[in-house]
Amino acid sequence: MARKLLLEHINVPGINTFDVYRQNGGYRSVEKALKTMSPDAIVEEVKTSGLRGRGGAGFPTGMKWSFLAKPEGKERYLVCNADESEPGTFKDRYLMTYIPHLLIEGMIVSSFALGAKTSYIYVRGEMMPQIRILERAIAEAKNAGFLGKNILGSGYDLELYVQPGGGAYICGEETALIESLEGKRGNPRIKPPFPAISGVWACPTVVNNVETIAAVVPIINDGGEEYAKIGIGRSTGTKLISASGNLNKPGVYEIDLGVPVEEFLYSDEYCGGIANGKRLKAVVAGGSSVPILPANLILKTVNNEARLMSYESLSDGGFQSGSMLGSGGLIAFDEDQCIVRNTWNFARFYHHESCGQCSPCREGTGWMEKVLHRLEYGHGKMSDIDLLVDVAKKIEGNTICPLGDAAAWPVASAIRHFRDEFEWHVTNPKEAMERNYGLAKYADPLPKLEEVSQ
Amino acid sequence: MSEKVKVTIDGITVDVEPGTSILNAARQIGGDIVPPAMCYYSKLEGSGGKCRTCLVKVSKGSEKDPRPMPKLVASCRTGVMDGMEVQNITSPEVIEARKGVVEILLINHPLDCPVCDQAGECHLQDLSYEHGVANTRYEFERRTFDRIDIGDKIQLHMTRCILCYRCVYVADQLTDSRQHGILGRGDASEISTYIEKAIDNDFSGNVIDVCPVGALTDRTFRFKNRVWFSKPVDAHRHCPTCKGKVTLWYKGEEVLRVTGRKDEFGEVEDFICNTCRFETKNTKDWVIEGPRQISHKSVISSNHYEMVPLPVIKQNPALMEANKIEFDRASKI
Repeated sequence: MARKLLLEHINVPGINTFDVYRQNGGYRSVEKALKTMSPDAIVEEVKTSGLRGRGGAGFPTGMKWSFLAKPEGKERYLVCNADESEPGTFKDRYLMTYIPHLLIEGMIVSSFALGAKTSYIYVRGEMMPQIRILERAIAEAKNAGFLGKNILGSGYDLELYVQPGGGAYICGEETALIESLEGKRGNPRIKPPFPAISGVWACPTVVNNVETIAAVVPIINDGGEEYAKIGIGRSTGTKLISASGNLNKPGVYEIDLGVPVEEFLYSDEYCGGIANGKRLKAVVAGGSSVPILPANLILKTVNNEARLMSYESLSDGGFQSGSMLGSGGLIAFDEDQCIVRNTWNFARFYHHESCGQCSPCREGTGWMEKVLHRLEYGHGKMSDIDLLVDVAKKIEGNTICPLGDAAAWPVASAIRHFRDEFEWHVTNPKEAMERNYGLAKYADPLPKLEEVSQ
Repeated sequence: MSEKVKVTIDGITVDVEPGTSILNAARQIGGDIVPPAMCYYSKLEGSGGKCRTCLVKVSKGSEKDPRPMPKLVASCRTGVMDGMEVQNITSPEVIEARKGVVEILLINHPLDCPVCDQAGECHLQDLSYEHGVANTRYEFERRTFDRIDIGDKIQLHMTRCILCYRCVYVADQLTDSRQHGILGRGDASEISTYIEKAIDNDFSGNVIDVCPVGALTDRTFRFKNRVWFSKPVDAHRHCPTCKGKVTLWYKGEEVLRVTGRKDEFGEVEDFICNTCRFETKNTKDWVIEGPRQISHKSVISSNHYEMVPLPVIKQNPALMEANKIEFDRASKI
């Protein structure tokens, strides 16, 4: 069993309090960073670690930090994005609920590295208990001298604030989050300028996911090189996966990146197989916005290699036969689940959460939802399927922020891989209302690729 | 004087000031290669980027970094770089994307042009004529709203709105307090005022001029006339609040409405105050400058004689005489 970095002490009773957390080696990284390291050295360490953004896009964190503009006389800000609203992802909430000091420790080290004197944790409005937990943890840390003026006698000041959001999915997009933090309507900004140049109150800003910031703690404690040894290829370190759906043991798991998907789904260490002895039909690998894959393609890539839980392996095959690691919200569907209904449900979510600023997303998401609703309830036409593909194509890439893409991908991929099921809903509307399509051929072994002679 | 940068749009090279947007560079070239813009308004800071009709393909980023941009970009909000190469109407990808945007803009638009005051000077009408398709694939009920009066002179018909945010920027940048804004989100978002608040400001009438569709209309002009039956005449007056340079729209002897002077992209030269727009509708209030030149492509110019006679007339003295009489008659007020 691999060593855990983030959730190492998760089962220690009272780990959510400052004292217990400190006794278990907490806040070591703050001491190390503030007393022995320079901000640039921390950024270098994070670069060495190869840590990539855990919020979905997977952008190298060290690189993002080094892009931060440092003009004289301007404040810099670090904002932690805890607006976790992706259907299927609940790792940040788990982390904040049970081990809040890990996030605060990471915030202190990261803020020091970036030279931020004020930092914010933007928490989704629905997570009121977590906001209270964080506020208490901040008060405890401040009481112990880890926050406030002159932290540990190093001369570094930091104020940390928790800002509740209004519960909008779009505010997880970094520029919309910044708008919302400033007290405005949560509409994404048009980039450029990027937040690294002009973010909160037109000051240089870095926005990072909760898990990314938490991962800075083990990187500083053990060193970036040590962290980079975990994982595979450019996917280094550990990742929290929120496993849900028809699994025997759903929950949050910390895995070394590079664990085979099959092992993650079926081994007793992790999810323990599909619930009730059923068979796997499909998997959404990284939260609702990534393409859905049928069972055969999630376990094996199109070249018949085992698919691994890593940024590269999950996106192997591009949009034709791959998916994405995203934010690590794995949803498993067993043979009794209806893909059409699920796609409709996702489309409904994106329709509801679209901010309405740019036209393709505002109008297109509603259109897709209505067509999918019609298909699911047996009033669909054959032409609707192609219509959906076309509308998805017209949204994708033409919007201000990635919400348009996130709305288009699940629909486009579901039709790409499960077209039979959509067609069955059109040809057998009555039957489709009474039973599900079943597993069909979605778990069949992949056909052998034809050898191309060189 | 800073160095000018060279940008090539659809094969036509132009030197522009650094920091110019691709759209404005294209407007300097003019002609067919100018991307349409529904939400961008050069006089309103921060506008643009929302409607996505001005998407273009950047096939070469700049001289220093020649990589193309991965996605289509909104030309109104993307600055030019030295040596940038842009494809607008020469890129099938752009044409396809624009067609998609037009279709999507129209799915919830009522298409009630026959009873809409904006018809004839509506940007959405022009846009869908040029880039849209003849039929719709949308088979659901369209979104509708009730008409509301926001202020005593302005009516808001939200059903027609394409949420370009221009009127919001007008209220932010021209008036001292904004009483209206976007409520709701997604396709349920709408322009509205604070509860029980009316828009009451000296410059509030400008929201009518900036509205690209018929969502905000002049209540003093509603259903009075079709714009192409009225005759635009430039005029000015001494106004203590604004520059007082306007276009009067005549029908016979009567001034039907007063608007700002709009250029070929539908943008006004100067914003005008409500007194000029709503209160002064008599010829004696104004100093007439002469007929307003309207682009010959616009439906508004269809019933009017141009100052410059057609080439065929130029060669025929009898026709020239007749044209002169007709022109005098037409331009007599």
